[in-house]
Amino acid sequence: MQFSGANRRKLRLAGDQKNACYPHSLQFYLEPPSENISLIEFENLAIDRLKLLKTVENLGVRYVKGTEQYQSKLESEIRKLKFSFRENLEDEYEPRRKDHISHFILRLAYCQSEDLRRWFIQQEMDLLRFRFTILPKDKIQNFLKDSHLQFEAISDEEKNHREQEIIASSVSLSGAQLELESVYKIPFADALDLFRGRRVYLEDGFAYVPLKDIVAIILNEFRAKLSKALALTARSLPAVQSDERLQPLLSHLSHSYTGQDYSTQGNTGKISLDQIDSLSTTSFPPCMRQLHKALRENHHLRHGGRMQYGLFLKGIGLTLEQALQFWKREFVRGKMDPDKFDRGYSYNIRHSFGKEGKRTDYTPYSCMKIILTNPPGQGDYHGCPFRHSDPELLKQKLHSYKISPQRTSQILDLVKGTHYQVACQKYFEMIHNVDDCGFSLNHPNQFFDESQRILNGGKDIKKESVLPETQAKPGVQKTKDTSCALSSLNSSLEADMEGLEDYFSQ
Amino acid sequence: MESFDPAELPELLKLYYRRLFPYSQYYRWLNYGGVVKNYFQNREFSFTLKDDIYIRYQSFNNQSDLEKEIQKMNPYKIDIGAVYSHRPSQHNAVKLGAFQAQEKELVFDIDMTDYDDVRRCCGSADICSKCWTLMTMAIRIIDRALKEDFGFKHRLWVFSGRRGVHCWVCDESVRKLSSTVRSGIVEYLSLVKGGQDVKKKVHLSEKIHPFVRRSINIIKKYFEEYALVDQDILENKESWDKILALLPENILFCRISVPIDLQKVDQFDPFTVPTISSICHELDVISTNENEIAENEAESDIKHRTKDYKKTSLAPYVKVFERFLENLDKSRKGELLKKSVEIGYNPGGMAIDSPYCFQKLRLLTTMFSLTWWPTLML
Repeated sequence: MQFSGANRRKLRLAGDQKNACYPHSLQFYLEPPSENISLIEFENLAIDRLKLLKTVENLGVRYVKGTEQYQSKLESEIRKLKFSFRENLEDEYEPRRKDHISHFILRLAYCQSEDLRRWFIQQEMDLLRFRFTILPKDKIQNFLKDSHLQFEAISDEEKNHREQEIIASSVSLSGAQLELESVYKIPFADALDLFRGRRVYLEDGFAYVPLKDIVAIILNEFRAKLSKALALTARSLPAVQSDERLQPLLSHLSHSYTGQDYSTQGNTGKISLDQIDSLSTTSFPPCMRQLHKALRENHHLRHGGRMQYGLFLKGIGLTLEQALQFWKREFVRGKMDPDKFDRGYSYNIRHSFGKEGKRTDYTPYSCMKIILTNPPGQGDYHGCPFRHSDPELLKQKLHSYKISPQRTSQILDLVKGTHYQVACQKYFEMIHNVDDCGFSLNHPNQFFDESQRILNGGKDIKKESVLPETQAKPGVQKTKDTSCALSSLNSSLEADMEGLEDYFSQ
Repeated sequence: MESFDPAELPELLKLYYRRLFPYSQYYRWLNYGGVVKNYFQNREFSFTLKDDIYIRYQSFNNQSDLEKEIQKMNPYKIDIGAVYSHRPSQHNAVKLGAFQAQEKELVFDIDMTDYDDVRRCCGSADICSKCWTLMTMAIRIIDRALKEDFGFKHRLWVFSGRRGVHCWVCDESVRKLSSTVRSGIVEYLSLVKGGQDVKKKVHLSEKIHPFVRRSINIIKKYFEEYALVDQDILENKESWDKILALLPENILFCRISVPIDLQKVDQFDPFTVPTISSICHELDVISTNENEIAENEAESDIKHRTKDYKKTSLAPYVKVFERFLENLDKSRKGELLKKSVEIGYNPGGMAIDSPYCFQKLRLLTTMFSLTWWPTLML
């Protein structure tokens, strides 16, 4: 991709040629664009796509993906930002081109760290899933073929031979439907999301996937390819970043729009160990409160719990020395031999602080990570109580935390709708006695910081009588933040642009 | 049963490692035909020594190296880790971040204590032949799935020596699998989900997936026996308790970890697996008879040493291991031939991020709750 200064040179293509570039309303972004565009367009495309991906993220948390509400809201956002999503009667070239170029620009901004990559991949996958599910049936086969996916449809004979098993394995497939649909034979490792949930029939290392389930496979493929591509992009990033025109934009993009990772040591040493018991009831989110209680009661936590809770404690400001003292004291109370602790457990604690092994400074887990990965098993206390606890037991727990029955049922409703983080926000509001927590929860350490901010004075936040305009719902609040950041981004870039214009006009 | 004093263990192990441990078979396994350069040399081993001393990053150049080191260290336990990008013993000399785990067998670890919430015959420290049936069922269920559903060919089942079994899946493609696919396999095999806060841990939908149906069929075969044995054991439980009380607890912990013959899995009895002391005793008897007790290691000793195990009750177990190795060899030769004729298929995968890719497995335990059973008699 090459960039020109003030000159805008768009390739002018004939009508047919244009459509040939982008034959489908969606794509896998296999080939990078090869045009010249202006810096202004570069910047605008990037910001528009970022807005889109942020919307994808928010909608994914507030609504169940695939529902009517989710789809219509997402569709209107895509339409508003003029990206492609379905085939219309109008000229499709511009939206598809925009989609193509903006994706590659964001790769530059989001390849730089593991967290950024994960976020980017997740939103791009959700976007692709949406686009694929609204693709008309007759367009699917062509799209697959053009995307070079090696899916082999099995013969009718082979299909009949396994008819019972295929029907029994696929949740919504009936015998009549199977008659009409193709079934694809794919190596099991390529059908990860399907076989792990036992939603496909496996035989001798192959998954027999009906067409309707192909979307999961496609997403898997997409994720793998994009992940690899981001790793490659990261390697060529130094060359891109040395371009002074691009460097400020790219770093602004990734810093303004993703959450804090709570790995900075800015707040270390501010907490003392004897505060933890009381903090666990006043400022810890339920997931950490439960882990702390289990640790105090059993004088032990299994690995999943130690990781989740230990990193959280690091995020609230415990030093390595404090952490070692904290865990050792508790485990020794559980009749563990102090030497055994030193040998077996202290290494891992130092490891998670980045003092051993490959010395990665591990970051505290975000809500998404806790909700989506490593579900708890027997004897575990980690995970997200809103996601992983039985509703009955969750109810009892909230009762023990002195939440009223009426408010408890509000929370349980949100849980039923799988809005786990919003449920946790409700819990926050209840224990701090505010009407609106004023933030969109996505990290346990964020919960802690916001709680401390309220309890230790600072500004009077979000009380009904004081600041009426901040009664807005978390989602809207977020948009405000976004547009503020955007305008500051724009203004700083404008300043850069002015200098450039001068340069080129000399 | 032999009387056993933990203080004797170092001496017994010394004898075991000099005369019985099957080094050549062990090496033959982990060398995998020497097809990939440095595959054995880049393999990590770890030793647990006397007094719980644990040392990692052991690696060896060849079989003889391995043998010498084991005889020198006399480990109480040997663990096999992953194959790394460099020799583990030199990992500190490698540039930060460059020392990575690359391949590992897929290993399942089933422990009797995973069934504590459904077995009523024993507490967590004990096993009896009734609860061992649970283990037999688990082995059958998992093995069928690994073989028929996933197409894995080289599965080595091993009795861990205490209360559980391990399954080592050694297919070439499996050793390269990413950690996400491995987790997916475990998830496929899991029916019991949920931590302390979930009462109903098994949820079955309307449609029954073939994996679940075939697993139920396996359980059906054993269920009657399991229910009957129930009566027997309970009647004799008192007498069993008396016998068990006489033995020091340590006896349970020192059985040798041996391969399990899948053809005869129903007859496998963990209580007849030799312990370190029984096997050494057998050796003593042989040596006395053949007058071979020697202080130093003479050349002729080496020849005898490699055949010593054949005269002991270890022999049948080593045979199972050798059959497994022969299948690996056959498969390798077949693959090489195929590759020379056509483009081979390699599902591949990304590098593994954790060296010890053990997956703990709890399996279908609530199948044994009688209140649930009737709904399955479809």
